Amino acid sequence: MLYISTLFEISLNSRMSKDEQILEDFTSKEYEHGWTVDLEVDEAPKGLNESVIRLISSKKNEPDWLLEWRLKAYRLWLTMEEPDWANINYHKVNYQDIIYYSAPKKKKELKSLDEVDPELRDTFKRLGISLEEQKRLTGVAVDAVIDSVSVATTFKEKLGELGIIFCSFSEAVQEHPDLIQKHLGTVVPVNDNYFSALNSAVFTDGSFCYIPKGVRCPMELSTYFRINAANTGQFERTLIVADEDSYVSYLEGCTAPQRDENQLHAAVVEIKAATKAEVKYSTVQNWYPGDKNGLGGIYNFVTKRGICAGDHSKISWTQVETGSAVTWKYPSCILKGDYSVGEFYSVAVTNNYQQADTGTKMIHIGKNTKSRIVSKGVSAGKSQNSYRGQVKVMKRAENARNFSQCDSLLMGNDCGAHTFPYIDIENSSAQVEHEATTSKIGEDQIFYCNQRGIDTEKAIALIVNGYCKEVLNQLPMEFAVEAQKLLALTLEGSVG
Amino acid sequence: MLNITNLKASVEGKEILKGINLEVKPGEVHAIMGPNGSGKSTLASVLAGREEYNVDGGEVSFNGDDLLELSPEDRAREGVFLAFQYPIEIPGVSTTNFLKTAVNQVREYRGLEALDAVSFLSIMKEKMKLVEIDQSLLSRPLNEGFSGGEKKRNEIFQMAMLAPTLAILDETDSGLDIDALRIVANGVNKLKSEKNATIVVTHYQRLLDYIVPDFVHVLYNGKIVKSGTKELAMELEEKGYDWIKEEANSVV
Ligand SMILES: Nc1ncnc2c1ncn2[C@@H]1O[C@H](COP(=O)(O)OP(=O)(O)OP(=O)(O)O)[C@@H](O)[C@H]1O
Ligand SMILES: [Mg+2]
Repeated sequence: MLYISTLFEISLNSRMSKDEQILEDFTSKEYEHGWTVDLEVDEAPKGLNESVIRLISSKKNEPDWLLEWRLKAYRLWLTMEEPDWANINYHKVNYQDIIYYSAPKKKKELKSLDEVDPELRDTFKRLGISLEEQKRLTGVAVDAVIDSVSVATTFKEKLGELGIIFCSFSEAVQEHPDLIQKHLGTVVPVNDNYFSALNSAVFTDGSFCYIPKGVRCPMELSTYFRINAANTGQFERTLIVADEDSYVSYLEGCTAPQRDENQLHAAVVEIKAATKAEVKYSTVQNWYPGDKNGLGGIYNFVTKRGICAGDHSKISWTQVETGSAVTWKYPSCILKGDYSVGEFYSVAVTNNYQQADTGTKMIHIGKNTKSRIVSKGVSAGKSQNSYRGQVKVMKRAENARNFSQCDSLLMGNDCGAHTFPYIDIENSSAQVEHEATTSKIGEDQIFYCNQRGIDTEKAIALIVNGYCKEVLNQLPMEFAVEAQKLLALTLEGSVG
Repeated sequence: MLNITNLKASVEGKEILKGINLEVKPGEVHAIMGPNGSGKSTLASVLAGREEYNVDGGEVSFNGDDLLELSPEDRAREGVFLAFQYPIEIPGVSTTNFLKTAVNQVREYRGLEALDAVSFLSIMKEKMKLVEIDQSLLSRPLNEGFSGGEKKRNEIFQMAMLAPTLAILDETDSGLDIDALRIVANGVNKLKSEKNATIVVTHYQRLLDYIVPDFVHVLYNGKIVKSGTKELAMELEEKGYDWIKEEANSVV
């Protein structure tokens, strides 16, 4: 999966810790994970009503309080209106035409990679995804099961020794119901928005992570480790709780193109950081964006929020968004603890007819809180790319500081870039800085590259990666290299 | 090596090169001088393949190939290098990363294996000495915030890395301080060989004290109106261009 193609990467590589190296070894291997859900094949009827929700809850053998929680969410959702304030247009979703529960389907098993769509294989190759990883992603049978199981087991044991819990959401409901009950919905309340209410009512799985007091998670936690990640479905639920003085870096998604028959994806991610805790959450999102004419493609309406509950805590979001037909996503931080820090680093690339409306909210509540926003939009084709960000400084937030940098890069004349910063300050000691730039890839830049022997496609990749560097640098090693290649692939054919 | 016959080119409908003839053989150094706006950079850009410039007539052969048929990147890969009069900034991309991409694309074109990071680094170290350029400059985003002199020195460093057969240096001397001028000129001299050739575009005789040209040409109003040896450059330094202009205009 990883390979080194520039010196910049080399220097990163030398900084790569042992654990990252171990993780690297793991992720480039195939393995069978241990968290499969009940594989009985059955499905709920199409549509949404209370009995469907009861079915989901009983299939998952959930405690009564969780069923009640879901039903409450559903009743609330019924009273809510789908938002239409984002700068996007899409065909409204028919919520009665969705199957809300189906037991995990096994992907059709292929005998070898030769059976995989050659175009997809080409993409894998160019992203530098290892053969083993390719097999996993496309559902090709692998023999080396025994070895793989031991890898996964070693990994889980290592975490277990430290008291770290990292498991599927369903498993957490069974094994750690108290933790779930205590934290679920406390960062993203059920009534937060239309999609979070829907998710709360019908989510079927996701991930749970708990880092105990004083523990630094020694490896990147990644949903990579779950073989059925692709099946967690439309309504994923993630909850990360970092106890006092702990640290975790969590990766979600992957650079490989993800196809799914479900058009709507409405996930909820909640993060809690206690005093002095730090959580780094990185996403690479590459859902199917639809074809060149804008047909098909996934709607990605995600609610992600973290709360820096304790003093000196820190939450950092990094995202690379290249996929989906429509993206609506604002990973946010509530800076409640004094001296807490929130960060948002984002690259959003849109091409063809893609639409992205993404950004962040930084809510300063505690004293001396700091936030930093770096957003890099790249628009090509006929796409629309919007940054929407809010910085709110509450009365009590003495000496709050924010710095926002929102840059847009345009390729061609048919795309759009929009910036909607909202600044709302109730304490006069706040220092809020906002910088925004819009630029185009210059012909002189491309010619300069050409003159050194670099073709135009590579030149664009180089220029775009340079433009996004500040964000890409935030990504954990194993994602950074792939993400660079992904940006290049997404923009292929967009100039010249 | 390079054979230009009756080359005519225009930009935005304006005729700039009005019939250039020039032959450059391996091992030679040619200096091109001439007043501002006479078309020196245009000639360099046309040779490098910049799209904005329309070739309206004439031929350019380079090592037997029709140069004008090649894409800009293929010209570079065939060994044409242009040190820009105004080097371009590429934010976020270090010189190192930029050159690694360039060198490996050139190698791929020539059927050579890509250099791994270690061999690339060692070649880089060696060439850095040649133009006395600092590592810290190479790690910074390409040309961004570089001083005028740093940009020029960086161009010559890139030339050293790409080892072209034909190097066109467009006013590489302007912006260099006295020491840098000597260092950069020495670098260029060390890169000279029997097999490659250099075209230096300059306004100043001073550079030619270091890089001694075999021929000096004066470009005026889109044509080479006078050619000679390095003595011509000295004469120009002394007398300016008026006499050349008069001569040229009286011919017409
Ligand atoms: N892109 C362009 N659009 C319009 N005019 C151009 C363009 N490029 C060059 N020119 C014009 O062509 C003429 C020749 O320009 P060129 O840059 O080749 O001159 P030069 O000999 O290199 O001058 P200098 O010594 O000042 O560098 C000038 O009149 C210039 O304004
Ligand atoms: Mg010029």
